[in-house]
Amino acid sequence: MRVLIATAVASVLGSTVAFAGAAVAPGEVKFDNGTVAASLTGVAGDAAEGRVVFANRKLGNCLACHTNTQIPEESFHGQVGPTLDGAAGRWNEAELRGIVSNSKMTFEGTIMPAFYVQSGYFRPIEKFDGVSILTAQQVEDVVAYLMTLK
Amino acid sequence: MGMNLFKTTAAIAGLALMGTGMATAGEESALTINGDLTIPTSASAPAHLENIDMVTSGWIYRTKETQALQMDDFDNPSFVFVDVALDLWDKVDGSEGKACSSCHENGPEEFAGLTASMPRINAEGQLETTTELVNECRTERMGAEPWKYSKGKMAAMTSLIGLQSRGSVVNVAIDGAAAPYWEKGKELYYTRVGQLDMSCSNCHEDNYDVMIRADHLSQGQINGFPTYRLKNAKMNTTHARFKGCMKNIRAKPFGQGSDEFKALELYVASRGNGLTVETPSVRN
Repeated sequence: MRVLIATAVASVLGSTVAFAGAAVAPGEVKFDNGTVAASLTGVAGDAAEGRVVFANRKLGNCLACHTNTQIPEESFHGQVGPTLDGAAGRWNEAELRGIVSNSKMTFEGTIMPAFYVQSGYFRPIEKFDGVSILTAQQVEDVVAYLMTLK
Repeated sequence: MGMNLFKTTAAIAGLALMGTGMATAGEESALTINGDLTIPTSASAPAHLENIDMVTSGWIYRTKETQALQMDDFDNPSFVFVDVALDLWDKVDGSEGKACSSCHENGPEEFAGLTASMPRINAEGQLETTTELVNECRTERMGAEPWKYSKGKMAAMTSLIGLQSRGSVVNVAIDGAAAPYWEKGKELYYTRVGQLDMSCSNCHEDNYDVMIRADHLSQGQINGFPTYRLKNAKMNTTHARFKGCMKNIRAKPFGQGSDEFKALELYVASRGNGLTVETPSVRN
């Protein structure tokens, strides 16, 4: 029953993507040495939307762990992970897509959550069971935003 | 109304404190209470800890303002709840017509040192918590209903009992009959859970003394529990805090009073062996 509900939730989330059905499912993402070359949706990421997802505590919540001087209006940036200032100069798009989707493929044992997996974690609260933290398009939007951090 | 006002004031005070400078671990880490009780806030880690050399009280990671609240019992909001427990101590309840004071004639002071060794193995070889001891008295000797595991009356009473150990060195037993419970608690501590896929150790062992957004991560020591939190203006039990952490990482919490949380309480308490009981402490 829970699987059915989770599947239903996942498909509802998926349908908000510009081209329903076009998104690569979380379990189908192809990693090559931690990188993901192809877009998850085929739709170009929206950097402005990515900035919103990046800062939103219920979405990316990236500021919980990373500082980013391009978002000065939010106070208290976290210091668990490295600063994301200049991220685009250190990583290319495929590397960033891989790290946002599932950073454990790049950094073994990292504390960083995988934002585009829907299984492999235990005891999730029911409403998060079988769903990824971000949608495929939100991942693309965040990657597009990170690519602006020169 | 009076209580609501108090809560609101405390919440505003909490917000105001967030804006002030963060304390740094190791810096001015002397905790003296009421001018005469000095509590060491760090100690050499117990031998069983493999990845940490020094264990540290959560007090040192709080702001100067929050730290100050714990340095005088007149400023420490916990004592409102300790007073509630002192009233409950003398209150007759249940079919046997007894209060705590009916049997414990020398007052709560009878429990000096107890909390420093809890949870522990009881005569039946089972792990038991202070909370369970209180409820055992209520149901078996008073003929009264048990209190809810982490609700107001129980949190107040375990704060009063914990206060009797303030200044005692934490020393919970982890060997003998306690060993299987301790192993289970250790396994839980290092197991990643929830959609965010994190374990206790990811934050409280690998990243203590680091800022996670506005929060200065501590080692997650429980030597000050129950603790008054500015965030919710009440006493918070260890199991309530475990539940809160699990929800933060989007994990389904274990039950308060469950075998899992009791085992985790034993393990986390043992990570603080050598620290000093601060109950009732103040945190943010």
